[in-house]
Amino acid sequence: MATVKDFRNEVRPNWCPGCGDFSVQAAIQRALANTGREPENVAIISGIGCSGRISGYIHSYGVHAIHGRALAVAQGVKLANRDLTVIAAGGDGDGFGIGLNHFMHAVRRNMDITYIVMDNQIYGLTKGQTSPTSAHGFKNKTTPEGNIEHALTPTQVALGAGISFLAQGFSTDINQLTRLIEEAINYKGFALVNVFSPCVTFNKVNTYDWYKQNIVNLDNDPDYDPTNRAAAMAKIVETNGLCTGLIFKEERVAYEDLIPGYKKEPLVHQDITLSRELFAECLKEFA
Amino acid sequence: MLDQLSWKVGGQQGEGIDSTGEIFATALNRHGYFVYGYRHFSSRIKGGHTNYKIRVSTKPRPANADNLDMLIAFDQETIDFNAHELRPGGVIIADEKFNPVAPEGMTVRFFTVPLTKFAEEAGSAIMKNMVALGASACVLGLQPETFESLISDMFLRKGQKVVDSNMAAIRKGFQFMKENGGEIAEFRLKPGDGKQRLFMMGNDAIGLGALAAGARIMPAYPITPASDVMEYLIKKFPKVGGHVIQTEDEIAAITMAIGANYAGVRALTATSGPGLSLMMEAIGLAGMTETPVVIIDTQRGGPSTGMPTKHEQSDMYAVLFGTHGEIPKIVLAPATAEECFYMTIDAFNYAEKYQTPVILITDLALSLAKQTVEPLDYDRITINRGKLATEEQLAAIEPGKLFKRYAFTEDNISPRVFPGQKGGIHHVTGVEHTEVGRPTEDAAIRTKMMNKRLNKVRGEFPNSVSYTGAENPDLLVIGVGSTIGVIDEALERLTAEGKSVAHAHVRVLSPFPTETLQKYVDRAKKVLVVENNATGQLKHLMQFFDIKGEFLSQLKYDGNPYLPSEIYAHCKELI
Ligand SMILES: Cc1ncc(C[n+]2csc(CCOP(=O)(O)OP(=O)(O)O)c2C)c(N)n1
Ligand code: SF4
Repeated sequence: MATVKDFRNEVRPNWCPGCGDFSVQAAIQRALANTGREPENVAIISGIGCSGRISGYIHSYGVHAIHGRALAVAQGVKLANRDLTVIAAGGDGDGFGIGLNHFMHAVRRNMDITYIVMDNQIYGLTKGQTSPTSAHGFKNKTTPEGNIEHALTPTQVALGAGISFLAQGFSTDINQLTRLIEEAINYKGFALVNVFSPCVTFNKVNTYDWYKQNIVNLDNDPDYDPTNRAAAMAKIVETNGLCTGLIFKEERVAYEDLIPGYKKEPLVHQDITLSRELFAECLKEFA
Repeated sequence: MLDQLSWKVGGQQGEGIDSTGEIFATALNRHGYFVYGYRHFSSRIKGGHTNYKIRVSTKPRPANADNLDMLIAFDQETIDFNAHELRPGGVIIADEKFNPVAPEGMTVRFFTVPLTKFAEEAGSAIMKNMVALGASACVLGLQPETFESLISDMFLRKGQKVVDSNMAAIRKGFQFMKENGGEIAEFRLKPGDGKQRLFMMGNDAIGLGALAAGARIMPAYPITPASDVMEYLIKKFPKVGGHVIQTEDEIAAITMAIGANYAGVRALTATSGPGLSLMMEAIGLAGMTETPVVIIDTQRGGPSTGMPTKHEQSDMYAVLFGTHGEIPKIVLAPATAEECFYMTIDAFNYAEKYQTPVILITDLALSLAKQTVEPLDYDRITINRGKLATEEQLAAIEPGKLFKRYAFTEDNISPRVFPGQKGGIHHVTGVEHTEVGRPTEDAAIRTKMMNKRLNKVRGEFPNSVSYTGAENPDLLVIGVGSTIGVIDEALERLTAEGKSVAHAHVRVLSPFPTETLQKYVDRAKKVLVVENNATGQLKHLMQFFDIKGEFLSQLKYDGNPYLPSEIYAHCKELI
């Protein structure tokens, strides 16, 4: 059985020292090993951004795609081979800026994919512009007078869109994060794990300390019920989106199991020749 | 006796115009005629004039006829809008119900027929189209039974009674015309050869081609005139375990298709101009990552939303030069529905052989016009999945090491693996990369990788240009896509008049068939490039791809396909 080591490769990430994404990478590797996955059965599809580089830092199949489209590529991969563990990953700009449309529809569609967003409330790779999750009033390169737009709260958007598995982590709490990713991978359906992953270079507001002071860890609340959608929404609103832990989970049949005519055997392993009989039947319609 | 004629039915959109034309065309196709049907429709769903023009011929004529022999009118607007197309002595059959007025100053044979009334007598007013078909049959010297097998195929599952009442409606129309001077000797149609052929539009042929090629996933976003491809496959894929997914937009459609191909399943998407524009970045990703993907672009009137239901051939620059940077690209341009089928299969084979995006480009007339197609040959379906890594190759890779997905090879094509295969782990990225897919900015590797990608596709593809006509013509006409039939027809007339003309039709736009075209161009005195766009894209492509010579241009971009007479007249002026 594969161990964490088997998911490591020789590449030294080009992230800045201290970047939150290191822990996310480690948590994914640990979670994959814990769930008993083998590297060749995992495909990590990432977008573009500092965080988007993650697919290159884990020993598994992977695609570093184009900005905002990781989820769309990932869904194509899943349709082709439903036996693969498919993980989509990227930043908040990637997922909730340019890729928000795909996110909403991935939620709606509910394929068995785990989506991990490294949310640093800023655009890192392009050197520090305001992102869709940057707070109102946030002062930065592209908003020198303070952000006049309001922040999008990923967990609220996801829950509002009807997501069936929703978790949020913080990159320093690697044990919780590993557990959340593990559970997301084992969940049969679309699962979002939004991770507060500080950008130490460009975001001088939402620092490790800032998150530590503001985050509410749901693990510490024995009364919290993650199966109650209304309570989950209330908690998100109450904490201004800054709660971590398993926020919501419900059972729902995954997309792949609802496709008419779809087989349990992955498409990639099926014979693709069209039978003479079916071909003849097709021609009849045009006679 | 006629060896060809043109017939049109018109009325309000939503009034069954399509089905009327469809039944007429299919029935005649079954009797061994060559049929071509072109629908005129606008971007309205209900209401608004629509018509279906059908050409029936004893030999292949995949083009609209210059004029009209018969017009079936369900309303006055149909007469006012279309009568000018009628040739002198042409026939109008108009429903008595709307008190039709004959077109002014025209010598036509005008029949007011109680279409609706007879239909009601036969059981229901909706059968007025059947009455009209019976009336048409009488004029053309056909028997009402011409429609019988089709009517029975269409309605038998609703019961014999429904079949009978439809046939009764047809007979009523036939009988009325017989009694009222509708049997016109000069309108007799020569019998068809009785051979069984197919009647299909380009979009259906593409759908069937994809199915036959082993495509099993189609993510797509609806757009005219491409939607029928997905609609066709939505019906078919469940039978083979495949799936059509209606995506949130075209970007999702193509990136999902790329994901599926990466994971080892043949996947395609189909779109038209605006959607193609949205796909451009992803087409670059497929080129850079050497992922096969097939994209169908059914061109329509542009730019922007342009004329969604109108014909044009103006995406050629976009498909060839769209996406930033430089990638290999294969662009196939079938000219007939039959070619749509076979070339869609080619598209998948090329995509996997060369590991590149392949764009199959059609135009609205080819996508939507229905035409007679010779029976498609199952034995001509071949599936070639290209270079795949063997089990031995993969077994030789040490655990933890990466597979050289982008290995430099003699022919610049590297073996593929699919996720899930042990030993095949590698990284795929749109960033410039090494042989194992690691990002790199090393100048030497960059240059080598660019060369590898751009040199994968070399030389001309087989059958990239067809040639008919005089060996050393005074005039060579060059075209692409659906203009094949109109050009052929125009040139046939000129040849009959003793003119020396020839026709070269381009089927592959990338790799551009420079050598072959140059050979033809060199032999001709004059060269005319005929296309449906405003800037002469094909002509400019010929120049761009280094074909030496002087090229004249005939352009049409009013939204309608050419009529044979337009090309004939233009050519005549040149020789
Ligand atoms: C279509 C497109 N537009 C813009 C860019 C430039 N770009 C690259 S990454 C990025 C934002 C990254 O921000 P985020 O997703 O939050 O990731 P981070 O770098 O912060 O991890 C942008 C705008 C691009 N690569 N592609
Ligand atoms: S710029 Fe920010 S997000 Fe990017 S690697 Fe550095 S710390 Fe991480």
